[in-house]
Amino acid sequence: MKKLMLGNDAFARGLFEAGCTVVSSYPGTPSTEITEAVAKYEEVYAEWAPNEKVALEVALGASIAGARAFCGMKHVGLNVAADPLYTASYTGVNAGLVIAVADDPGMHSSQNEQDSRHHAIASKIPMVEPSDSQECREFVKQAFELSEKYDTPVIVRMSTRVAHSQSGIDLGMRNNIELKPYKKDAGKFVMVPANARKRHYDVEERMQNIKEDYKFNSIFNKVEKKATVAGIITSGIAYQYAKEVFGDEVSFLKLGLVNPLPDQLLIDFASNYDEVYVIEELDGIIEDRCKALGLNVKGKEIFGCIGELSQSIIAEKLKGIVNKVKSFDEDVPVRPPVMCAGCPHRGLFYSLSKIGATVMGDIGCYTLGASAPLNAMDATICMGASISSLHGFNKARGEEAEKKTVAVIGDSTFMHSGMTGLVNIAYNATNSTVIILDNSITGMTGHQQNPTTGYNLKGDVAAKVNLEELCKALGIKRVRVVDPYNMAQTEKAIREELEVKEPSVIISRRPCALLKYVKHAPALKVDNDKCKSCKACLKIGCPAISIRDSKAFIDHTQCVGCGICQEMCKFDAIGGKQ
Amino acid sequence: MAVEVKSVMIVGVGGQGSLLASRILGNVLMEQGYDVKVSEVHGMSQRGGSVVTYVKYGEKVYSPVIEKGEADAIIAFEQLEAARYVPYLKENGHLIVSTQKIDPMPVITGAMKYPEDIIGKLKAKDIDVIAVDALSLAEEAGNPKSSNVVLMGVLSKRLGFEREVWINALKQCVPEKFLELNMKAFELGESVAEA
Repeated sequence: MKKLMLGNDAFARGLFEAGCTVVSSYPGTPSTEITEAVAKYEEVYAEWAPNEKVALEVALGASIAGARAFCGMKHVGLNVAADPLYTASYTGVNAGLVIAVADDPGMHSSQNEQDSRHHAIASKIPMVEPSDSQECREFVKQAFELSEKYDTPVIVRMSTRVAHSQSGIDLGMRNNIELKPYKKDAGKFVMVPANARKRHYDVEERMQNIKEDYKFNSIFNKVEKKATVAGIITSGIAYQYAKEVFGDEVSFLKLGLVNPLPDQLLIDFASNYDEVYVIEELDGIIEDRCKALGLNVKGKEIFGCIGELSQSIIAEKLKGIVNKVKSFDEDVPVRPPVMCAGCPHRGLFYSLSKIGATVMGDIGCYTLGASAPLNAMDATICMGASISSLHGFNKARGEEAEKKTVAVIGDSTFMHSGMTGLVNIAYNATNSTVIILDNSITGMTGHQQNPTTGYNLKGDVAAKVNLEELCKALGIKRVRVVDPYNMAQTEKAIREELEVKEPSVIISRRPCALLKYVKHAPALKVDNDKCKSCKACLKIGCPAISIRDSKAFIDHTQCVGCGICQEMCKFDAIGGKQ
Repeated sequence: MAVEVKSVMIVGVGGQGSLLASRILGNVLMEQGYDVKVSEVHGMSQRGGSVVTYVKYGEKVYSPVIEKGEADAIIAFEQLEAARYVPYLKENGHLIVSTQKIDPMPVITGAMKYPEDIIGKLKAKDIDVIAVDALSLAEEAGNPKSSNVVLMGVLSKRLGFEREVWINALKQCVPEKFLELNMKAFELGESVAEA
């Protein structure tokens, strides 16, 4: 029987079976589980690197050394790793190098919905795209073959629905591959201009060779030919949506190799049908290639390039079918994600909101500080941008801004790309106040270890970065630590650091309330006789507190007894255990 | 002709355990020999937000997602989520709903009101609603977090596969130290479905 497996887990299985031995990644939804799952195989060394650039360089180093290597990340992570990526295209590999990039159409958990195929095209690196778990496993194994045959890194493009859907896969045995010999080859791996100029020819030749070798039906690209008037060209999850709508009613060209695109196959397929539709999520990359080849196809003019596709979008646009629906007649309040009950970020953000600070935010659970009722965030761009943009904000507006503007950044994000921004603050001198939210874990992606936690991906004890010493070494003299559960202390510290005429770092330290080792206090209870219904406790936006029969009510299934609401209550109405 | 598949949606609030429920159901369906796809959402949306998982099965399943008007059954872990996702129910679909209520942030801040008598209003729409006090049953089983398994017990009586298959799936998906508790929760779900 097939085994039901998440796309990401099947990907990891493919890595294992392909004989991959070195893995270095940085977590990012929806890519994280690939690396978590592959770390469970004893035969594979796997680590969390501080960021994607480091991770890709580690994997490339392993490939040069002769080991099949892998590096995984989300779409925006590939921007961070773009520097090594574009030159790894020139060096090529020794043993196979496979890179996973997980796009997030619809932005379930991301700050943009960039289409990573552009990176593959621009860096001239082959890219394959699976459409279900079985293909994840197969394509990964094929990607290693492709990588070694054509001397190139290979990118496997995932998307949220492929990564986070489970479907059945067959399991295979591991192919234990010997370490390839390492031989010094400066012309190939030392990318100084004289060598790189030569390698560029190799890159162009390689891509032409792949185009030629994959110009017909192949392991990646498949024609499902029926006697029909219409044909659909598609790839990845869009194939599954289109197939659900049309079944065998139309012919399909399903592309698994999305860079380079098989020109001859596109021409051969499209010329058979009166109508040809290109169905692809996000940008019209396949469609543009078809049009450049002079083919009469339709795509983005029908489907647009924003958000996810689905079977009902395709059914509506191409068949005019809309399902009948029942509905609830009243407004249903939205349920946005919120900081968990007991979240250490809550007290810090309430303090910032109370002070009326301008807050340059960053990427992590704490981005939820932007939501009502805290509303304590002014900007969120990308990993690490809080600190560097704070410096720019303060340079532009001077002392007036320095006295009320802060950056907030998590421990993992600080290690990822916050440190360089902090060096810049010290070096180029603004009196900036940076708050590091140290919850001792990478939270939003589901609890991954990082260099500040003292453990590695395999769960072993590891060297632990001392954030206080690190900030001092980077040139910040004023570094202090607060407990965000103590809001009075936290507020006082922020006010003081905003006032001082030198850069400072506040480390707001308290482990994530969801960590298994964190012991929770008993749930708190409201004394209805003391509660004056003033609703002060609602201002902290705790999901465990609501109003029942005009009095504050604490949901004992959620409350972890953090005590933040007790600090809010002037009438001493919250206390004791339930 | 479009491909015939059965679709079950599991909706709830982040942290209620809808992922585990969908995995139990997915394993049951695999055991029955179906082609199965289970689609989950991780990350940002899990933090106390509205969470949806899709389970689809049949001879051949293509799309892993369920769209409006397609669900043969919806299992809602919370009343407001039942109201939110009822447009996804197919004509003659079944709605199994836990009577638990969890206020979302706009209700907590007073910006919006939690609708009254959601279950009554849904029944008035001629929808087959099976309301279950899953939270109390889960507490009876020993842990409020097991209400997901209580609801799987209810569903098992609707889908009608052999009991042993469900028990095997539970054993596969639940850590051993919580197995006894979850077996109790499952049984309590079965018993209210029969009542």
